[in-house]
Amino acid sequence: MIHEHDALIVGAGGAGLWAALELAKAGVDAAVLTKLYPTRSHTGAAQGGVCAALGNQEEDHWEWHMFDTIKGGDYLVDQDAAEVLAREAIETVIELEHMGLPFNRTPDGKIDQRRFGGHTRNYGEGPVMRACFAADRTGHMILQTLYQQCVKLGVKFYDEYHVVDLITEGGELGDGGRCAGVVAYRIADGELVTLRSKAVMMATGGFGRMFRVTSNAWSLTGDGVALAYRHGVPAQDMEFYQFHPTGIVGIGILLSEAARGEGAYLLDNDGFRFMERYAPKLMELAPRDMVSRAITQEIRAGRGINGKDYVYLDVRHLGRKKIDEKLPDITDFVRVYQGLEPYTDPIPIQPTAHYAMGGIPTNLLAQVTRDASNTVVPGLYAAGETACVSVHGANRLGTNSLVDLLVFGRRAGRQMARDVKGVGMPNVADDVTEPIRAELDAIRGRVKGERKEAIRTELADVMMDDAGVYRDAVGLERARAKVAELRERYKNVSVDDKGTVFNTDLLEAREVGYLLDTAQTMVAAAINRKESRGAHSREDFPDRDDVNFLTHSLATQAADGGVDLAYKPVTITKFQPKPRIY
Amino acid sequence: MQIELRVLRYDPERDQQPHEATYTVEANPMDRVLDLLHKVKYEQDGTLTFRRSCAHGVCGSDAMLINGRNRLACKIRVDQLKGKRITVAPLPGLPVMKDLVVDMEGFFAKFRSVHPYLQPSGPVPERERLQSAKDRAKFDDTTKCILCAACTTSCPSFWAQPFYVGPAAIVNAHRFIFDSRDDAAEERLEILADRDGVWRCRTVFNCVEACPREIHITQAILEVSRAIVERHA
Ligand SMILES: Cc1cc2nc3c(=O)[nH]c(=O)nc-3n(C[C@H](O)[C@H](O)[C@H](O)COP(=O)(O)OP(=O)(O)OC[C@H]3O[C@@H](n4cnc5c(N)ncnc54)[C@H](O)[C@@H]3O)c2cc1C
Ligand code: FES
Repeated sequence: MIHEHDALIVGAGGAGLWAALELAKAGVDAAVLTKLYPTRSHTGAAQGGVCAALGNQEEDHWEWHMFDTIKGGDYLVDQDAAEVLAREAIETVIELEHMGLPFNRTPDGKIDQRRFGGHTRNYGEGPVMRACFAADRTGHMILQTLYQQCVKLGVKFYDEYHVVDLITEGGELGDGGRCAGVVAYRIADGELVTLRSKAVMMATGGFGRMFRVTSNAWSLTGDGVALAYRHGVPAQDMEFYQFHPTGIVGIGILLSEAARGEGAYLLDNDGFRFMERYAPKLMELAPRDMVSRAITQEIRAGRGINGKDYVYLDVRHLGRKKIDEKLPDITDFVRVYQGLEPYTDPIPIQPTAHYAMGGIPTNLLAQVTRDASNTVVPGLYAAGETACVSVHGANRLGTNSLVDLLVFGRRAGRQMARDVKGVGMPNVADDVTEPIRAELDAIRGRVKGERKEAIRTELADVMMDDAGVYRDAVGLERARAKVAELRERYKNVSVDDKGTVFNTDLLEAREVGYLLDTAQTMVAAAINRKESRGAHSREDFPDRDDVNFLTHSLATQAADGGVDLAYKPVTITKFQPKPRIY
Repeated sequence: MQIELRVLRYDPERDQQPHEATYTVEANPMDRVLDLLHKVKYEQDGTLTFRRSCAHGVCGSDAMLINGRNRLACKIRVDQLKGKRITVAPLPGLPVMKDLVVDMEGFFAKFRSVHPYLQPSGPVPERERLQSAKDRAKFDDTTKCILCAACTTSCPSFWAQPFYVGPAAIVNAHRFIFDSRDDAAEERLEILADRDGVWRCRTVFNCVEACPREIHITQAILEVSRAIVERHA
């Protein structure tokens, strides 16, 4: 079956939906493909807020926001991108309000704002109230609001279509070829559907499922990065993966930084606010990489609660009113998933794998680029967590991802609307689905092979233990060997479900393949980066090394199945790198 | 502890009829039903099919009938269900596609039918539209909906009359009708005044019990009904 649209968007989270709205407003024939119903996207899980220097609560300026973003990202941020982010944050948040987003309000009826980690006044003087929020369900409200607008504008959706391949014209995407559409697997009946298009946008979210303990949904398996990578597009800055300090012990469900923004404490076994030892000025509101490392240090020093591998998040002193008004959802999570009462019990937490700073490289117009000189891949766009325009550098600040979706999702939509005008519909061969059909049939047809669950759990274990908060050469080499072994075993993967109707067994096997690709690039880039910067913390190279490593990594697939690494310069405009002290 | 998990299964490619399958799984009291389903799928039978994504009650993927009540599998713990036997079946009243997966198209069509999007009149201001905390509070509760369909598919009026727009759609209409920034309440009330609109609600309260977000659904339906009556008065 062949469909045709001028523009296609893969993914219906915040980034994809905003792009779709722009295309709809421009009157472009566009469609969104999503493996989940749009409202199931993980943007809906975001809790704490979306930041913009509105200055509704106290003085604030986009230049301060830009600076915080760059410093938070340990100077690996492209500063032109950070400037776009900080400036356009303001108008996109206002636009969201106009679309109907029910923000909490200040006494004078404006959008309410609160503190968040790493966001400061006057270039680092102290915390500032910059995070706009709707209780602790800001992401839910963003996703709902954008979807509502899509309903209003009649956006075309292909719900529960799992995109399994990109179609190219005129060579591979890494060699000057153009993206000409996608192949999608219709989950309802297993049909492979070809969609031709002049412009394709990847907005598929992150890949936290690579790790054992994660805040990410089951569906976050790096599909976009892996699909582009398989066609020669590099994966940028993959070694930078953020662990959020406060996940529920064992299962990783997130307890938003909003808790600390509202004043919650982190306590060690003696009831001491241990951030005093690491970031005396910002305390609990230091950036996430630092807080996650601090927790890990405390645990290693035997100061975890009863010597175990967790510490406490304490909201008791905030009082019931504030807890109920500002943090209703996360306290509900504590009750349901830990059986504790946050009014009266401190909450056991540990770092949880949370956010991919790296991903598909793009320029400021959300066009995908393929090399160190930022050569554009025609017809391919990316935004959101799957992309790397590099606004987050080596470590993302809280609330900066949601802004990223809004600002660059909007830019992607507008750019696609401009670009599709000048080009014709690409040609697509009739047998373009054949390689994928063969691959899927092989998995289905194997009678006794490797179980995908075994591969996934072994991968998640090694990545957690050897490529997590702290890394070193020995652990990373272990991870490299393990990922290579798992990739071999994956060639023989099989599933129980041989059917065509709603075969989630088969699609999960496919997703494990995406995770293996993203893990392979992450480990390779991490081995090569012999310094510590942001979330990439090498115990064998504890210092930042601006002489050798103030540079973005680009990982591409090597002919032998390994990874080739190249590097590209960081764009520095206003702020020269300085030591990062809070 | 061991749990006997009974799942109502149906694969259109293999089965004439839905049938019950029984699995024994090793569980811990803090496990959620979703964990048990995963254990079956990953350790015993990969063909067992269900939707899930976030695994913590915010995406609305895994509403199903658990021990006779609609709930999210990821939000109900084994110890809360008391007893060693747990039964799981697809949401009632929607066509079953496979095992625990139901066809949601009709449900979303009803959502769309109430025009669930802000329709303000007047020019777009430079900055945000102002709204008092008090005005915002009027619809706060109904903004929490995650469209999981637990409420609508627990409603006897919906089972009896599938054209009934259902509690979820009314909740989403309420969210805009009572938003001080919106000016299209009239249009939505007209839609809901239809014979398949709010009047089919018999205040059975199943929806309230089913809602994993603890939305006061019958209260919302009542407020919408009252607005319709006041409009005609
Ligand atoms: C628990 C949690 C809390 C967070 N809180 C905050 C916060 O307070 N502030 C903040 O700024 N950030 C926060 N973040 C980060 C932020 O929410 C995410 O980075 C962001 O929402 C990602 O949005 P997205 O549009 O890129 O992708 P997602 O919302 O993840 O959407 C991905 C989409 O892609 C689709 N898709 C994926 N693969 C395929 C495929 N192969 N075929 C078809 N469709 C596919 C999915 O169906 C889905 O629609 C949080 C993250 C988590 C996990
Ligand atoms: S899996 Fe998201 S609500 Fe249960």
